Amino acid sequence: MTFEPKILGFLCNWCSYAGADLAGVSRIQYPPNMRVIRVMCSGRINPVFIFKTLLTGIDGVFVLGCHPGDCHYLEGNYEAEKKFIMVQKFLKIVDFDKRVRLDWVSASEGARFAKVVSEFIDSIREQGPSPLSGENIDQELFNNLKAMENSVSSDRIRALVGRQRKITEVENEYGEKVPIDEFNAIFDEAIHDEFVRQRILLSLSTKVLSVKDLAAELKLDPSEILENMLTLKSRGEIDYQSIDGNTPLYMRI
Amino acid sequence: MEKVGAVLVVGAGIGGSQTALDLGDAGFKVYLLESTTSIGGVMAQLDKTFPTNDCAMCIVSPKLVETGRHHNIDLSINCKILDVTGEAGNFTVRVLKKTLYVNMDNCTGCGVCGRACPVEAIDVFNEKLSKFAATAVKYPQAVPLVYAINKDYCIGCGICKGVCKANAVEYDLEDEIIELKVGGIVLSPGYDEYIPPEGNLYGYGKYKNVVTSIEFERILSASGPYTGKVLRPSDGDIPEKVAFLQCIGSRDFTGNGQPYCSSVCCMYTAKEAVIAHEHMHQIRPTIFSMDIRAYGKDFDKYIIRAQDEYGVRYIRSRISSVNEDPETKDLILKYETEDGKIIQENFEMVVLSVGLNPPDDAKYLADKFGIELNEYNFAKTDIFNPVQTTIPGIFVCGAFSSPKDIPETVTQASAAAGCVNTLLYEKRDTLITEKTLPPEIFVAGQPPRIGVFVCHCGVNIGGYVDVPQVVKYAKSLPNVVLADQNLYTCSADTQTIIKDKIKEYSLNRVIVASCTPRTHEPLFQETIREAGLNRYLFQMANIRDQCSWVHMNQYKEATEKSMDLVRMAVNKARNIQPLERIKLGVTPKTLVIGGGITGMVAALNFANQNFETFLVEKEKELGGFARNIYTTLEGGNVQAFLLDLIEQVKAHANIHVFTDAKIEIINGYIGNFKSVVIHGPENTRAEFEHGVVVVATGAKEYEPNEFLYNTNDNVITQSEFEKVINTTDDIKNKKSIVMIQCVGSRNEEHPYCSKMCCAEAIKNAILAKKQSPTTEIVILFRDVRTYGFKEKYYRMAREAGIVFIRYDEDNPPEIVPEGSKLRVNVVTPIKDNILINSDLVVLSVGIVAQKEDNEELGKLLKVPLNNDNFFLEAHVKLRPVDFATEGVFVAGLAHCPKTIEDSISQANAAVSRACTILSKDEIEAEGKIASIDPARCSGCGMCIDNCAYNAIELIEDRRFGSVAIINSALCKGCGACSGNCRCAAIDVAGFSSKQIYAMITGRL
Repeated sequence: MTFEPKILGFLCNWCSYAGADLAGVSRIQYPPNMRVIRVMCSGRINPVFIFKTLLTGIDGVFVLGCHPGDCHYLEGNYEAEKKFIMVQKFLKIVDFDKRVRLDWVSASEGARFAKVVSEFIDSIREQGPSPLSGENIDQELFNNLKAMENSVSSDRIRALVGRQRKITEVENEYGEKVPIDEFNAIFDEAIHDEFVRQRILLSLSTKVLSVKDLAAELKLDPSEILENMLTLKSRGEIDYQSIDGNTPLYMRI
Repeated sequence: MEKVGAVLVVGAGIGGSQTALDLGDAGFKVYLLESTTSIGGVMAQLDKTFPTNDCAMCIVSPKLVETGRHHNIDLSINCKILDVTGEAGNFTVRVLKKTLYVNMDNCTGCGVCGRACPVEAIDVFNEKLSKFAATAVKYPQAVPLVYAINKDYCIGCGICKGVCKANAVEYDLEDEIIELKVGGIVLSPGYDEYIPPEGNLYGYGKYKNVVTSIEFERILSASGPYTGKVLRPSDGDIPEKVAFLQCIGSRDFTGNGQPYCSSVCCMYTAKEAVIAHEHMHQIRPTIFSMDIRAYGKDFDKYIIRAQDEYGVRYIRSRISSVNEDPETKDLILKYETEDGKIIQENFEMVVLSVGLNPPDDAKYLADKFGIELNEYNFAKTDIFNPVQTTIPGIFVCGAFSSPKDIPETVTQASAAAGCVNTLLYEKRDTLITEKTLPPEIFVAGQPPRIGVFVCHCGVNIGGYVDVPQVVKYAKSLPNVVLADQNLYTCSADTQTIIKDKIKEYSLNRVIVASCTPRTHEPLFQETIREAGLNRYLFQMANIRDQCSWVHMNQYKEATEKSMDLVRMAVNKARNIQPLERIKLGVTPKTLVIGGGITGMVAALNFANQNFETFLVEKEKELGGFARNIYTTLEGGNVQAFLLDLIEQVKAHANIHVFTDAKIEIINGYIGNFKSVVIHGPENTRAEFEHGVVVVATGAKEYEPNEFLYNTNDNVITQSEFEKVINTTDDIKNKKSIVMIQCVGSRNEEHPYCSKMCCAEAIKNAILAKKQSPTTEIVILFRDVRTYGFKEKYYRMAREAGIVFIRYDEDNPPEIVPEGSKLRVNVVTPIKDNILINSDLVVLSVGIVAQKEDNEELGKLLKVPLNNDNFFLEAHVKLRPVDFATEGVFVAGLAHCPKTIEDSISQANAAVSRACTILSKDEIEAEGKIASIDPARCSGCGMCIDNCAYNAIELIEDRRFGSVAIINSALCKGCGACSGNCRCAAIDVAGFSSKQIYAMITGRL
């Protein structure tokens, strides 16, 4: 039997959900693999929703909103886009970004709705079942995504996403615009750091480990692990547990 | 005669719908009549709208749904006016309701009849481009969603009656005559487009690849016959070269079309060209036009973008005939370039930008309502009040009085409602029946007892989904105490069943698995509320529009999907709570900022409705910009009108006028503002409360430093010239006058058209010529923008011998003083040099925003400005006088350059919009809104930036310090703040994170 992906869609009430209804009224047929959660605005979609969904083993997540400029709530879809780009930056780290997609469908685009949904289903079908579905899940991937779920709700990431439009498109507190390249460099670094930190925290939540242990587990340079450990320690998230020979062991608080 | 608190609105396009909504919201009973079978008018046929390229259906359909279900609006379709008697305040109108042969109460709009109909008739909504059944709705999102049988095509085979399981088809239904008692009438029948008659020179009707602009609009539409692909009707190929011919049936003095300008074609043509290229990149549009009349807010920028970004080619030439190559079906156009060359060019498709005619039944309507029509058969209106017909108590809005675009129509729609408010304000709430509802059953803390009603929808769901299995499955889910199936869950008898079952099973959550919540949620919410449940204890699973209808050949999968959707709804329902709609008091007083014509008209209309009004003017005198204007182009005496207005305002007991005044503080929100004004020579402080704010602060004339204005006394502005010709006879000494248009407009610094300057120049030129026929007058222009009926005066000016010479922006005229004379050197677009010796140069200077003042006021009111520093409304198409911040409105020149009549319309529109608030003792906020947990909030303030409605502010909390708080009166519940919150402190009622998590995890 061919693999039939399971997909969850988050649709904004005013454009894409209406477009989906129009596909129905027009009897445009498309594969039944997607289940839909209606939200009033795509801006409502907390990035955590997407990670929670992926962690359930679902094969793909589709976010659909109003076309840029069409938002019923003036600019919620621009907010959605920023959040989504951030989610994809995270997922790229583990080569999982093609399992989520953002698109725009208007209330008069019933046929387009069917088309983009079908294409996404096809794309997921090609990618195969999520390694997090079924009996034997890929535990490392699970941990990575779990760490990402925690990362996207971190202060740092939320602040960068939430302020991005203001500081890159309008003006920052100094009346300047931050060039988008400069912003992206800061943003990418934050994403990388937060992911590593959350990953460390996750590993430490079940066992006591050294910097070298963690470096081996996360396949990263020990010096980078150490830097991030120190930040976590200063944040009061981890602490020394004991010292094994010359090697300090850390635990989660 | 006793006044009646009801209003008749004739025509339910976007204009009529807006009027009905405004009046319904202000407490009047509204009878909304529509001659066709669906509301929405032309706007529902459009693909996109200019200048924002908004999807028309996306923005109009929520408005239509709201109109269709408004408790104060009584909507009747397929209607015809029989006769009208009575007078302002008390009319009696008899109406013929033509039968649909379908019982509206029973029809669920499922469409099975249309699909079964063996007669393939013609689809009028899609401009006859596709076939349709004799049983049809006009368009998929139609309101009201009922099917109608078109008797012209129906052969009476009886199939539809057989397949309709809702028993809605009744062939013996007869026409009905109803009698309505109303206090006021608003006519909004719209327009009919010009259709080139048989034997026309454009080949329309003869050559397949020649279409009208409205047909092309349907071709472009994603829900149109070609599903958004641009195809040639002759062979279904994608055309590359598409020509748009403007002024078809407009500006036509040959007698074939109309002599006036249709106002909207320049813009919609640019839009169609842009969208065509956007849909299909191979399309290269060419627009043949005379003048480009892009006179509205941000229109000129759109034309520039069309050329620069989309490669739209403009050729200044009027095409007089079209020929077809019989082989290829391409179209051959011959045109003359500006320098006189004749060029022949082939195009694969031709779009005729047809003008706007008065509605076909204009004479019939005028006759029935006793109103006069103008020389073009549009409704004749008051010279200073464009919504007042010749009969008191009867108003008009939209294209019935003159060709106009959507925002102008919506403005007039509210303006007409504003006038009705002033006429009938004492009768508000007299004909509204408040439903008495049982007290709400207390359910908080009780374990969920969920009832699931699964709809068969005839065969619409039952035919493609195993409904009994879905019911059985629903029963097996935790907390579900009842699951049942209904043939039509939305039918009246099922509502009774739902109410009975709520009692019988003590249900405290209800789920309906059927169609879409977008249309049906309010109905079921009402039902459960009638049974005593809070209306938010309801969920829907969309197993029709998004399941059975789209997986018709996959019975098993569609059934599985339905079960999943039901389970997700159950999971959410387990977590839903009753919500309260917060009620806020309203101070029935108003603040109007700006004492020009706009502000004074608004103030007076508030005051006449007994709303105490505070009118604040920064100058020492009332009057504003209009003090410089003597007459309108159409001959209205502005000074007399202004003086009368000032007197009325000053004498009115309900108006407090503050001159020489400055607003110090505006605090508060919709319904509850508190402001401080410093005024007068002594800087007196006045403090007062009010429920709404109208911003009517106007604009100013551009102060030129070009064209020797500051150095030569013989260079004056148009308004200075107007003073000269209206107060002296100096004109008799002038042999030659040159007027220069677009001074300080349509350039890099001010990239917009000031709209009024062409009319001003022509008005003054005609008057000057009348006073001194021997004076030579030359007008140097870039485009003559005498839109609408103003075209007549352009022609009049030319006939009077006034000379018009065009120049390009990059080649402005030069002025060289020669003794007491001025030598004007102008280079025409074809590089002819023309020298004019002139006594006087008149500069038509543009309108510029008062940047600093606007910025300051914008900050006080938390409302935005556009790039040109005019105030930016909530939505350029459908909310032209509202701000996104509720309770604050904009009117007049503060919004963008416009004429006096338009300003007055906006003033009345702002009054109407404000009345929807002021007429209520209290306003109800939406229940599904965001809230902040102060214990978790860190006060970072990010949500304040993310909120498009200024609903969030930082406060000093006694326990938690600086925290954000949401003003529930302003929150719209979009959730953008919640999705970004760093502290997970913000949640959205009705779409809470917990509920969504329950749906996500319950999905597997």
